[in-house]
Amino acid sequence: MATTDITIDTRTAPPPPASKAAAGAPSLILGEHSLCPGCGEPVALRLLLETLQDLDVVHRSIGVVGHGCYGSFVRIMDVDVLQCLHGRAPSCATGIKRMRPDSVVFTLQGDGDMVNEGLQEILHSAARGENITCILLNNGVFGDTGGQQTATTVLGQRTKTSLEGRNAEQHGYPIPIADMVASLQGSGYVARGAVSTPAAVAKTKRMIKRAVQSQLDGNGLSLVEILTMCPTGWFVPAAEGADYQGSSMEPVYPIGELKSPEPQTQEAVHA
Amino acid sequence: MATTENGRVTRGTLVIDADRCKGCELCIAACPPSVLEMSTDVNEMGYRYPLLHDGCTGCTACQMVCPDYVFDVYRLKAPRA
Repeated sequence: MATTDITIDTRTAPPPPASKAAAGAPSLILGEHSLCPGCGEPVALRLLLETLQDLDVVHRSIGVVGHGCYGSFVRIMDVDVLQCLHGRAPSCATGIKRMRPDSVVFTLQGDGDMVNEGLQEILHSAARGENITCILLNNGVFGDTGGQQTATTVLGQRTKTSLEGRNAEQHGYPIPIADMVASLQGSGYVARGAVSTPAAVAKTKRMIKRAVQSQLDGNGLSLVEILTMCPTGWFVPAAEGADYQGSSMEPVYPIGELKSPEPQTQEAVHA
Repeated sequence: MATTENGRVTRGTLVIDADRCKGCELCIAACPPSVLEMSTDVNEMGYRYPLLHDGCTGCTACQMVCPDYVFDVYRLKAPRA
């Protein structure tokens, strides 16, 4: 098929009775972000914002963000946001939630932020059973500072500081943070999703919705770990980021719900 | 039912905001009927962007994976040849 065959007008909306099935940007996003081509984080953040709208809690939502690439994204989000020191988002969220119990408090952290810089914050918040929702954007590298290895980098993965691939003798083993949080009594809902395929995106959206619902129900800390592509940090072309994630990260971090208040909900997410 | 040149029925269409696109091509792999193709031209940022062929089903897969919110998806009331 040659490009010259294209005759479809994709600049203007079709006339009625055509109906809009999906809009590109949610109405809570004001402007354009500056994240790299092929980045998975904007997709995850869109799902979060759509969930807040679906549950009608935008007006009482407070986001608590750490440090990472998503810091350049939250400035175009039409939601109240507090930016914290590195890794301290769950602790700040604890204070906000305790002072304003009616608010819906979510944290937004990367793997470097949550697992390297603030591992104790998330673990202690989960152990205390703080009623907050934590969103972990796990891409296995410190994307914001140039792609260095983090604690969640999988064995064999090349980063700026492990150019020959991470090896266990020299760098140790990756930390499965979602499994650790799920093992703590204070956590109410823990799941791991991805944004690499349309099916994974749809499944992850259901996970985020259940996590926020878990907070509304007062079940303790809820965590959704979302595997996001970072083709820039992984040294792969943007179009191959999804395949690379599927072959390298997903075998180590399997997708699915790890902990749920109601056992029968496994089918609900996998349906 | 009449079909198009590529033998498919068009049930949906897109509005593509080409100037937002950063050319990652995730939509090309995600499209189930494979009716998206990258352009040879570039947009104002210098990236190639997706073009739509006949046969879109309006499934929203491209919109779901797009990191740059390029796609608005519409479903047609009556399939178009």
